[in-house]
Amino acid sequence: MSASTIPAAATPAMPAPRPRWRRRLRRYGPAWTGGAIVIAWVLVAVLAPWISPYPPDAQDVVNRLQPPTTAHWLGTDVLGRDVFSRLLHGARLSLLAGFTVVLLGAAIGTTVGIVAAWARGIWDEALMRLTDLVLCFPPIILALAIAAALGIGTRNTILAMLVVWWPKFARLGRALALVQRSQEYVEAATVLGLRPSRILARHILPNTLGPLAVLVTLDLGNAILTFAGLSFLGLGVVPPTAEWGSMVAEGRELVEQWWVAAFPGLAILTVVVGFNFCGDGLRDWLDPKGRSR
Amino acid sequence: MDGSLPARTGATAADTPVLEVEDLRTVFLTDAGAVRAVDGVSFTVGPGETLGIVGESGSGKSVTALSLIRLLEEPARIVGGAIRFQGRDVLAMRGAELRDWRGDRAAMVFQDPMTGLNPVIRILRQVTEHMISHGRQTPAKARVRAVELLRRMGVAAPERAAASFPHQFSGGMRQRVMLAIGVANDPVLLIADEPTTALDVTIQAQILDLLRNLNAEFGTAIILISHDLGVIGTVCRRVAVMYAGEVVEEAETEAVLTDPRHPYAWALVNAVPRLDSPPGAGLTSIEGAPPDALNPPAGCRFAPRCPFKIAKCETDHPPLMEVAPGRRARCWVTADGRPLPPPPVAAEAAARTPEPGAPPLLEATGLAKHFPGARNSFFGPRAVVHAVNGVDLRLVRGESVGVVGESGCGKSTLARLVTRLHEPTAGTVRFEGRDITRASAAEMRPLRPRLQMVFQDPYASLNPRMRVRDILAEPLLAHGRAATRAEADSRVLDLMATVGLKPEWAARFPHEFSGGQRQRVSIARALALDPALVVADEPVSALDVNVQAQVLNLMLDLRQRLSLSYLFIAHDLAVVRAFCDRVAVMYLGRIVEEGPAIALFAWPLHPYTVALTSAVPEPGRERVILGGEPPSTLRLPTGCVFRARCPVAQPACEAPPPLAEVETGRRVACHFPGSFAPPGGKLGG
Repeated sequence: MSASTIPAAATPAMPAPRPRWRRRLRRYGPAWTGGAIVIAWVLVAVLAPWISPYPPDAQDVVNRLQPPTTAHWLGTDVLGRDVFSRLLHGARLSLLAGFTVVLLGAAIGTTVGIVAAWARGIWDEALMRLTDLVLCFPPIILALAIAAALGIGTRNTILAMLVVWWPKFARLGRALALVQRSQEYVEAATVLGLRPSRILARHILPNTLGPLAVLVTLDLGNAILTFAGLSFLGLGVVPPTAEWGSMVAEGRELVEQWWVAAFPGLAILTVVVGFNFCGDGLRDWLDPKGRSR
Repeated sequence: MDGSLPARTGATAADTPVLEVEDLRTVFLTDAGAVRAVDGVSFTVGPGETLGIVGESGSGKSVTALSLIRLLEEPARIVGGAIRFQGRDVLAMRGAELRDWRGDRAAMVFQDPMTGLNPVIRILRQVTEHMISHGRQTPAKARVRAVELLRRMGVAAPERAAASFPHQFSGGMRQRVMLAIGVANDPVLLIADEPTTALDVTIQAQILDLLRNLNAEFGTAIILISHDLGVIGTVCRRVAVMYAGEVVEEAETEAVLTDPRHPYAWALVNAVPRLDSPPGAGLTSIEGAPPDALNPPAGCRFAPRCPFKIAKCETDHPPLMEVAPGRRARCWVTADGRPLPPPPVAAEAAARTPEPGAPPLLEATGLAKHFPGARNSFFGPRAVVHAVNGVDLRLVRGESVGVVGESGCGKSTLARLVTRLHEPTAGTVRFEGRDITRASAAEMRPLRPRLQMVFQDPYASLNPRMRVRDILAEPLLAHGRAATRAEADSRVLDLMATVGLKPEWAARFPHEFSGGQRQRVSIARALALDPALVVADEPVSALDVNVQAQVLNLMLDLRQRLSLSYLFIAHDLAVVRAFCDRVAVMYLGRIVEEGPAIALFAWPLHPYTVALTSAVPEPGRERVILGGEPPSTLRLPTGCVFRARCPVAQPACEAPPPLAEVETGRRVACHFPGSFAPPGGKLGG
């Protein structure tokens, strides 16, 4: 039984682990695809004025409702505007609206949530009941009502969306902060006599950023979709402006000329899917349990 | 079937070993390469034998257990060796055969009784389930037997218990249920992986007693895995000490405890404080950490940390050699049969007698904390959790006071009350003569530097997103102790040197450290502001014994050098005895006994202290197994809180006893102090 004298090197045929790239691809493949789509759209949005073949609002009524050709890759719409150019310019507005709403909403909501979790008592009750009040309306309907009241326009639509957007971040921020609050390092910070503002900024907030980043990414697609939805209903942008939702609306009744509505729709689809893949990947990557596997 | 467990009469001959393990090798396939978790482990367990496997975390003891019962999943893989169970090749078993064998002939009990049971299935079905699935009992008979098994395992009111769900039970009760499940099919071998680690010391004594009875009455062979040699010593005749995936010593438990022949076993034995060690004896700790499992050193794996190493140790890997009849060790130093020298006895620390009449540093009077609990019904009043119920405590400058008790006795709440993390419900707290009972956060802030705290969990008490230098510089900058970042940085390096951390580690994040190193960071953070009093809430309970000895020695040393006072909260009596001048024993939110550490553990006067000290798993200790469990803190018992479990309770105990001084410096809350002594007479000495 003194088999233990066998030198370690004589271990029978150590099985090689599966190639790393294959596991990586299986785990992160969709995330990279999503990331590539998102990056591509961001580039398009930034470069739109230089890469689009026609000005987005240039009307050419003679060539209206042309199917896709070499001159007009994605065809032309009712007023003879180039769908491809409008699509590229639409990306600017959609992404801008999406990022603005989600980032501002996350900033406002998280602040409210963390303050509520830290203060507890009456402040917690007041802030969270306000959150509940907003959440109990269907978001699109409420945003519609607010946008209609404020008047049509990109800025007003974004404002209306912000009003319905922050509460979910407040909820999440509060839940995450409550978890952090009971951690021993937050107690340790209290024992060290640090000020609440410092504890919130240095200890609680940084540790809530991971899950928040996931929700922000997943939510970007959602916000873009909602913005397009509001535009589709005629509340988003002032008419000549190129925007995906309003482009779909313009093509809504054109059954023969499918390209007018289909391409902006496809653009919305890819952006939303891209952000969702990204968010899923980010969640997997941030999950410490899944990481080592 | 009358429900009793019949003695084993098997098809197997009495002399066939139950389990033979030969050169077992298990690896974890990771991105960085194959980690050899178990590297050539061999042992034999005969029928009715008891074998303990001991080692620190990461030594491969649990992986060995999981390998034995083939419960490993990818990326772990058994790559070599043989496991024979009653002559059958376990490694060759497949699918149905394996399932049939597992839980029938060989059973396993896991560490965590909280997650080991399915929360949505009633106890009865969980106990009968595999009796039926292995075809050993009809459902009707299985039910009768399940209730009988629960009774045998000491579950109170087994009929009612069988119909309950797991969440209705405490950890100790669940571990009994797990044991009942384990032995339901009369296994020949029971593997218990740290079965008592999550339990309190009195409950642990009950479970260990059960294991001993199983072995004695039914001849079940037991493999007990634990990090605690004391636990193994109370159950197992033989022990295998594991280090870095290898068995480094295998011998009778008694022999290892008194005369270890491998330096690692020697370190394990001497790192643990014992209740009967001479007063003032220091703890022996070895420096360093276990080797990198990816590239273990070429020579002896323990050589880099070994205090006895010779030239040969660095180059030649020692085999497991017979060093004395019946005992084997993997060591060149003891290969010729020499014993290892006893650890150096530290010179007794200069006993500091606090000046009489000195004003107390910390003084708590009638301290109480009640937490709101859940509502019983929608309109009903909230239940009240009585965490702390009137504690008087005095701590003089330079003194170390220990607070011991089982989980739920309110000791951690007490720590958070005196540091004012919680606001007391009643009573007063005075720190350096100032009443801080109702001080606001802003009023506390200037006092905080003098009153610091070290927390239990080294993983949760450091902000994972801050580097060590930022963690340590933060209090300095926040309190204006350092004007500039550069000034703070130089102080941080001083602090790191004080607690024995290398300066180049300042830029690391907490997750890059081991548990013991993190606890050093925690201590450094507490010291940053030059405190007068450090409240330490179980600072070593999450650490391996050797690391525990390192951290305790560091804290003792700091106490001398920086003239600190400690309020030391712990559940481990021997640790408290080694560390503290005075000790207070808590039960159900009250102090039941208080006195000088050495005297209190040598001659406990309160029956609870007697039971607590006797439950400590040290071999040769006369045990008083305390029945039952502490009552709920939702409804406090009237009279003496210990009455329900007290072996000498009398009608007079219906009146609550005051915490009265019975000898100079000793206070006991008992009507009959000293009336209850364990059968073996005086404990310790």
